Amino acid sequence: MTSKLQASNAMPAWARGTFHFIFIFYSLICILPVVLILSVSLTNEHSLLANGYRFIPESISTLAYTYLWKDISVMARAYGVTTFVTVVGAGLHVLLTAMYAYPLSRKDFPFKSFFSVIVLITMLFSGGLVPSYIVMVNVLHLKNTIWALILPNLMSGFNIFMVRTFFKQSIPDELIESAKIDGASEWRILFQIVLPLALPVLATIGLFSTIGYWNNWFNALLYISDKNLYTLQFIMQQALLRLEFIRNTLALGGQHLDLARTLEAQVPTDSVRMALVISATGPIILAYPFFQKYFIKGLTIGSVKG
Amino acid sequence: MLRHVIKYRALLLMMLPALTVIAVMDYLPYFGLIIAFKDINYADGILGSPWAGLRNFRFLFATTDAWRIFRNTVAFNLVFILTGLVVTVAIAVALNEIRLKYAAKLYQTIIIMPNFLSLVVVSYVVYAFLNPDYGYVNKAILGHLGIANINWYADWKYWPFILPIVNLWKGAGIGSVIYLAAIVGIDEQLFEAARIDGATRWQQIWWITIPMIAPVIVIITILSLGGIIRSDFGLFYQVPMNSAALYAVTDTVDTYVFRALFTLNDIGMSSAANFFQSVIGLFCIVGANWLVRRISRENSLF
Repeated sequence: MTSKLQASNAMPAWARGTFHFIFIFYSLICILPVVLILSVSLTNEHSLLANGYRFIPESISTLAYTYLWKDISVMARAYGVTTFVTVVGAGLHVLLTAMYAYPLSRKDFPFKSFFSVIVLITMLFSGGLVPSYIVMVNVLHLKNTIWALILPNLMSGFNIFMVRTFFKQSIPDELIESAKIDGASEWRILFQIVLPLALPVLATIGLFSTIGYWNNWFNALLYISDKNLYTLQFIMQQALLRLEFIRNTLALGGQHLDLARTLEAQVPTDSVRMALVISATGPIILAYPFFQKYFIKGLTIGSVKG
Repeated sequence: MLRHVIKYRALLLMMLPALTVIAVMDYLPYFGLIIAFKDINYADGILGSPWAGLRNFRFLFATTDAWRIFRNTVAFNLVFILTGLVVTVAIAVALNEIRLKYAAKLYQTIIIMPNFLSLVVVSYVVYAFLNPDYGYVNKAILGHLGIANINWYADWKYWPFILPIVNLWKGAGIGSVIYLAAIVGIDEQLFEAARIDGATRWQQIWWITIPMIAPVIVIITILSLGGIIRSDFGLFYQVPMNSAALYAVTDTVDTYVFRALFTLNDIGMSSAANFFQSVIGLFCIVGANWLVRRISRENSLF
């Protein structure tokens, strides 16, 4: 097919122009709300009270960020917890998923149907919130520990099958057999041959898992009441729903009572909330374009044939 | 069989960590489902508490709660599936028609981005617009039009529209990716043949593109229907800011189970709703998978 054919087979110019217009409009709808949040975070609180939220601040003020980051220990701690949970969680997710999927992909493994069914059942049927909560809190006694933020959602049946399919399709049996003939142990085969070849799918599940952990606030809502284990998302969630949360947790954060008292006079609640959002989500929005192609690839792995 | 276990002990060992996590996080809670049939009290614990038979279920269905939460869950899911289908396919088709490839890639990057914001962030976005006192809609838009302020978070009649819009804003971009991949995979010769026969591009889209991706559409729709009894907790709890005035419309099975457990401390009702959801969910997804298998075996989950 030549470009001349394509050119004449295209839609009329006016239609394409309309599509462009629609997409530009749609893109703006996706970006502007974030811009609004940024703008509110940089607006003087009095101006907010008088004029409401604007896309362009009537009077700029970085007080919200000062307020938020003055007692850096609270935000730093939340960043630390969230980062740790994300890195450990995503890392464990990739490792454990690959370690479970590899035997499933081996033709000669006699137990593969059995272990496939075990995972399948978890995809179909879930105990639900009540039993999961009771297991976590009453059986495992993991309430207010960092594992309560990592363990739930650690394994995903969907990802296990996706990785298994990738292993089956992309790792030739001969490769594994010749490694065996050379005397390699199963562990060596997995780590030195299979995993390096599977980087695309591992990168994909790693990325999705990273975003999932970073954005998770539900686990903190359920299992954490200890201030030191708050995640960024959880702080955001509480700050939105409960006004006093900002004053109690973010402002004081401990000992700075005199600071709190001076700022108390002008507690910038809404701009602080928005500053919180920008502080916690900024990294993701900035990093996202770089990883976007992996996400797209991952979504279409194995789902569209040919 | 023991022979096999010994021969493949390395592989089995590899599976052990993941298996342990699955056993504890997924299978152990299955036993917790019996709570729905018990009259639980903390003194006796789970095993010691007396059996309550179907009493919890009778309580649940005697209230108007049961009807409300199941209706909201299913109705919203149907709206989401329908609107999602139309919008994501439209996006995929339109995006494919754009000739400037760098523009198409840019658009795609931007419209997928909202998917990576957590629902907490999304609830802030909605709040920035719908805040009754300072929000952009009330202050900037309605103010200029001379319409009085609307108390968005206290009036449930707007939310059957707000939630699907938010759902689309967040998910349409990424949902269109798979349809776009399917469209790109269509054999170019089909279009050539049509063009030679004098078909316009619109006709080609209607008679070739859409029918060719119909299997993908059907499969994704069926699988979505399989999840019809489940809802996105963040969307129904966070975005309406847990506002009680909106419960008539925004209370779903998942938010009900949560609130009954943590706010009302009513373990009985919570676990009854929870159990019901798990069982119905099982039938839905098995049924959905069976249907997909009839159509295109390779695309089914199992």
